[in-house]
Amino acid sequence: MTGTPVVVLDKVNKWFDQLHVLRDIDLSVDAGEVVVVIGPSGSGKSTLCRCINRLEAIDSGTIHLDGVPLPDEGKELARVRAQVGMVFQSFNLFAHKSVLANVTLGPVKAKGVPKAAARERAMALLERVGIADKAERYPAELSGGQQQRAAIARALAMEPTLMLFDEPTSALDPEMIAEVLDVMIGLASEGTTMIVVTHEMGFARSAAQRVVFMDDGRIVETASPDRFFSAPETDRARDFLSKILAH
Amino acid sequence: MDIVLENFDRFVQGLTTTLSLTALSWVGAFVIGVAVASLRVGPIPPLRGAGAVYVEVVRNCPLTVLFVVFYFGFPSIGIILPKFASAVIILSVYTGAFVAETVRAGFNTVARGQVEAARTLGLSFAQMLGMVVLPQALRAVVGPLGSLLSALIRNSSIAFSISVIELTGTTFQIATETAEFIPVFVAAAVAYLLLTLPTGLVVGVIERRVAIKR
Repeated sequence: MTGTPVVVLDKVNKWFDQLHVLRDIDLSVDAGEVVVVIGPSGSGKSTLCRCINRLEAIDSGTIHLDGVPLPDEGKELARVRAQVGMVFQSFNLFAHKSVLANVTLGPVKAKGVPKAAARERAMALLERVGIADKAERYPAELSGGQQQRAAIARALAMEPTLMLFDEPTSALDPEMIAEVLDVMIGLASEGTTMIVVTHEMGFARSAAQRVVFMDDGRIVETASPDRFFSAPETDRARDFLSKILAH
Repeated sequence: MDIVLENFDRFVQGLTTTLSLTALSWVGAFVIGVAVASLRVGPIPPLRGAGAVYVEVVRNCPLTVLFVVFYFGFPSIGIILPKFASAVIILSVYTGAFVAETVRAGFNTVARGQVEAARTLGLSFAQMLGMVVLPQALRAVVGPLGSLLSALIRNSSIAFSISVIELTGTTFQIATETAEFIPVFVAAAVAYLLLTLPTGLVVGVIERRVAIKR
């Protein structure tokens, strides 16, 4: 581990009108680190994720990516976004394009990668996520798990320095969750820097270096997965874990 | 019937003019409509406002009034154009407002998440619009656009009001020469139907062909 922070959030605050969704968030993620963000719904974890590539603007504080402050909307922001991969709960594949075209669009249009090279790399990525045989299919012809793996390949095609996962398995049937988590565990073990908002405690235990627990817009507790799941320090974390682990 | 056959060549001539008037105006209307719809969802507020003003003013005025205002207005601001060119511009500007609203409705069929996905890939606003949103929006509104094309074919008859001798103009000439209004105008109606009905069929086929699986 190099110890260079890929992303640093400092005193980040955000409101949705009257609702204070992020309160004084401080978070630093090092290269190669996998950070899992958990917490009850409405705790601000998805918003946190979306602020890092400025899909949501913050109201105060700073966010640095690779030491550079996140720019305002415009060309510079587009360039920064191209370095941050994002995987959404609802996949968000481009419905009118084949899986392959979904994966090559970003590299070709945003980064100017030659088509043949983009295609070759896209096929390698689709192979890696196990859906190379679906390259010419359209998103609607794929299962949810396959769509999400295509979306992961699309994000990876940009060769991002950071991958954001915003509840990547929450819209999936149970048997499809495993195939997506397998891909994510593979990425984690290869040293991909990842911030993962999820309810998958198994993934947190096996792949994360750090668990960040959020509640009511705050980071309440940060710990290693072992420590967090076996001996949470705060009452709110204990209460949350007792609820989700009860069944 | 004899009157129609005797003047068949003139009908064909008029029909041809109607066709070229419609085709050129449709190209103009489509370009204007897509551009204005794009401006209305774009990041520049003054252009969003300008697009809205254009759409609301133009589509809430009777076409005949627009014809008169523009045709007689052009020379007063130093623009002297042939009648046919004037008619193409006026029909384009008029139909463009409806195309803009239809395309904008199409934008709303594209899931917000796909826009976010395009942004996270680092695509510019123009790239996102051109490669992700427009291709899907246009496919979603092929049917309504077909209705606008059909309306344009019929609306092109108002070019007669500035003496463009298209199908309606030709029909009127023949009718006044022969004093046989009913058969001549029935023939014109049939000729318009020969344009509009196949248009509807073709649009239906295109609509099914380009539909996006969901």
